[in-house]
Amino acid sequence: MAQSTAHVGHHHDHAHDHEHDHESLKTFGFWIFLITDCLLFGTLFATYVVLHANTNGGPTAKELFEMPGIIAETFILLTSSFTSGIAVLAMNKGNKKQLITWLGITALLGAAFVGLELNEFVKMVHEGATIHTSAFLSGFFVLVSTHGLHVSVGLVWMIGLMFQLNKRGITTVTKRKVNVISLYWHFLDVVWIFVFTVVYLMGVM
Amino acid sequence: MAQSQSGSHHHESHGSMKSYVIGFVLSIVLTIIPLVVVMNHMLTKTGTVFLILVMAVLQFVVQLFFFMHIREGENARWNVMALIFGLVILLTIVAGSIWIMTYNQVVH
Repeated sequence: MAQSTAHVGHHHDHAHDHEHDHESLKTFGFWIFLITDCLLFGTLFATYVVLHANTNGGPTAKELFEMPGIIAETFILLTSSFTSGIAVLAMNKGNKKQLITWLGITALLGAAFVGLELNEFVKMVHEGATIHTSAFLSGFFVLVSTHGLHVSVGLVWMIGLMFQLNKRGITTVTKRKVNVISLYWHFLDVVWIFVFTVVYLMGVM
Repeated sequence: MAQSQSGSHHHESHGSMKSYVIGFVLSIVLTIIPLVVVMNHMLTKTGTVFLILVMAVLQFVVQLFFFMHIREGENARWNVMALIFGLVILLTIVAGSIWIMTYNQVVH
């Protein structure tokens, strides 16, 4: 009797471990994706750095960049990275309501970031600084908008996940999904720090 | 009960409020320092470039350890190895491009 209970218990653990392995493998797979994304941004950074002095008589970085907006974007994204961390903490406590709220705050901050960035792009285009103007601006728009696109995709994903969490609650699968999107969000914050440093700070120096 | 404890143990190790707050404060400080130095022209050009790049790299390290918990979880070793591999290629692409294009312009 005791033996059979132990056996059943063992079976249960085994199935649990198996599922757990599967989920942690998926998280590792996401790390690999982040590394490839890192390489994508690396090549775009290399292109930008190589081309940034070639302005073809058009506006230079110094004339074009308006720091107040950029500084606001930076602090908004830093804060959203922090709030997505708080969301994970709420999840580990098993608090679904708090988790969804913090994800919502993160998504709002992300939307504010994308809004400010689009506003900046529209202003630049109105001033005649388009992707066609010079090699510098081609490099600039491709690098910065690739990051903006990543943030936008993250937003759609996060909102979808909030609906799923609301419906299914915190399960092994949704737990992994929240961990993964939080990783993605922190990663985008890191990329932005390098955009901020290499493109904007070095541009206005 | 015992199982749920051992199950949550893995996830509970994923940071605490304290580590998130420390990480957040550090990342803000590491953003303000380069900002102040650049806006007030406090250093020479080379000095500024060096300083702000060091700050950005430190910021990356803060995010990795305080927010992304690179050392935690069962696959921690593989995460780190994949990251190092990625960074080697990244540095080769970026530094290699800059180096060869600078050389290109000197020859012209």
